[in-house]
Amino acid sequence: MMETLAGFGRSVLVILEEAGSAAILLYRSMRGGAYLLRRPALYADQAFQIGVQSLPLVLVVSVFTGAVSSWQAAYQFRGIISMDFLGAAVSAALFIELSPVLTGLVVAGRVGASIAAELGTMRVTEQIDALETLAIDPVHYLAAPRITAGWTMLPVLLVFSSLLAHLGAFAVANTMLGVSADTFFSSVQKYFSMRNVVSGLIKALVFGGGTALIGCSIGFRTMGGAVGVGEATIRAFVYSSAFILIADYILSIFLF
Amino acid sequence: MIEIKRIKKSFGGKPVLKGISLDIPEKKATVLIGRSGCGKTVLLRILIGLLRPDEGQVLVDGEDMAGLSRKALFRARRKFGMLFQSAALFDSMTVGENISLALREHTDLSKTEIAEKVREKLDLVGLEGVEDRMPSELSGGMKKRVGLARALIMDPRYVLYDEPTTGLDPETADAINELIGGTGRRLGITSVVVTHDLVSARRIGDRFAMISEGHIVFDGTPEGFQACQKPAVRRFINGSGLDLEERI
Repeated sequence: MMETLAGFGRSVLVILEEAGSAAILLYRSMRGGAYLLRRPALYADQAFQIGVQSLPLVLVVSVFTGAVSSWQAAYQFRGIISMDFLGAAVSAALFIELSPVLTGLVVAGRVGASIAAELGTMRVTEQIDALETLAIDPVHYLAAPRITAGWTMLPVLLVFSSLLAHLGAFAVANTMLGVSADTFFSSVQKYFSMRNVVSGLIKALVFGGGTALIGCSIGFRTMGGAVGVGEATIRAFVYSSAFILIADYILSIFLF
Repeated sequence: MIEIKRIKKSFGGKPVLKGISLDIPEKKATVLIGRSGCGKTVLLRILIGLLRPDEGQVLVDGEDMAGLSRKALFRARRKFGMLFQSAALFDSMTVGENISLALREHTDLSKTEIAEKVREKLDLVGLEGVEDRMPSELSGGMKKRVGLARALIMDPRYVLYDEPTTGLDPETADAINELIGGTGRRLGITSVVVTHDLVSARRIGDRFAMISEGHIVFDGTPEGFQACQKPAVRRFINGSGLDLEERI
């Protein structure tokens, strides 16, 4: 019993330590904002990697997310609710929940883990120390561009994701469920709420910034050579995914 | 002038440095020697503020590196250059980008002026025409040379070397030793070299300081070191069964 409690206590301490380190890193990288304004190329490079290079995967996931949500909503509507409302229901679910969370999870897998691996490798091969000895702050040079690109690019990805998800949903509704384009999009338009869109964008901003922050924080504190880098990569993905789901719950309470 | 005063540092409750005091003379090469794991690299990292000591001071031109704010520490580091054991070149950058990074960050020099300075430093370390190569395309000795060019690019007053010849064949190690010693003397740089290699130490050093059991057990000239009868020094010199003079 005592061992279980001790193990639980240790886990809580580890999580608190990770959260504390991430908070300090966020504070320091925010103080590097002025530096980033002088070095826009650093941001542009990360925005390309996090935004543009994630786009193909995000788009594929989005099309199928829209398609499956249309199919499943129709299954639940059958005999209870008219298919005239299918577009509205799917659209709201996509804007509020599915697109932000799934885009966030895709980015957590692709970007959060790769940031941790990249910075972790730089840490164990003394490249981060080398930056410090050149009087260059690694938080400003490495973390600030990644975190800023994370919170700015995920909302952009969300816009593309939402569009493609709607098209996927419509394709299934039209070709497999017999819902006309006019019925589907009229329903989407009629119940469209800007609040849903803004809420989704706020979620994407938090998920993107959080994922990049967690990747940077874990990467900076990597130890132990190749094994350490591997563990850091896994930890970054697990923590980012957990963060997205927990933050989604908390934000949903505040936003709706 | 660097003054190290009563530095203590422990890791996980295990003391590594137990009150080290040492003055690093200007424009000389001081070699920190000692067995592997004795804390030489820890002391070197404390000198440049990569590690904070548990107690004590590192005064660089009268400024305590251990007590500086993060911003002031980065400013103070501009006086330093450092060559890492693994060279620690940025693997996503070309050789030219590696060497010029500090110039691009800290100066307003034009691209042409930066390229000229990079060429000048590469010339200094005996390399030319490698600006566009990636670090992965270089041999171990070339990496060390590029690392040295990067350490010298801002014309630092102090250059720190962490095991500069480790992992190199004897011929390349000898060339690196000559390069470090020659460059330091020619440019009037204050050098601190960490090594456990006595041949390297003799080639580079004007002064030896030996760390053992967390303390400085010898501080003096290379000749004084050779003649020193302290047990820790004798054990180190005779470690391989060869006398220092025989080894070089």
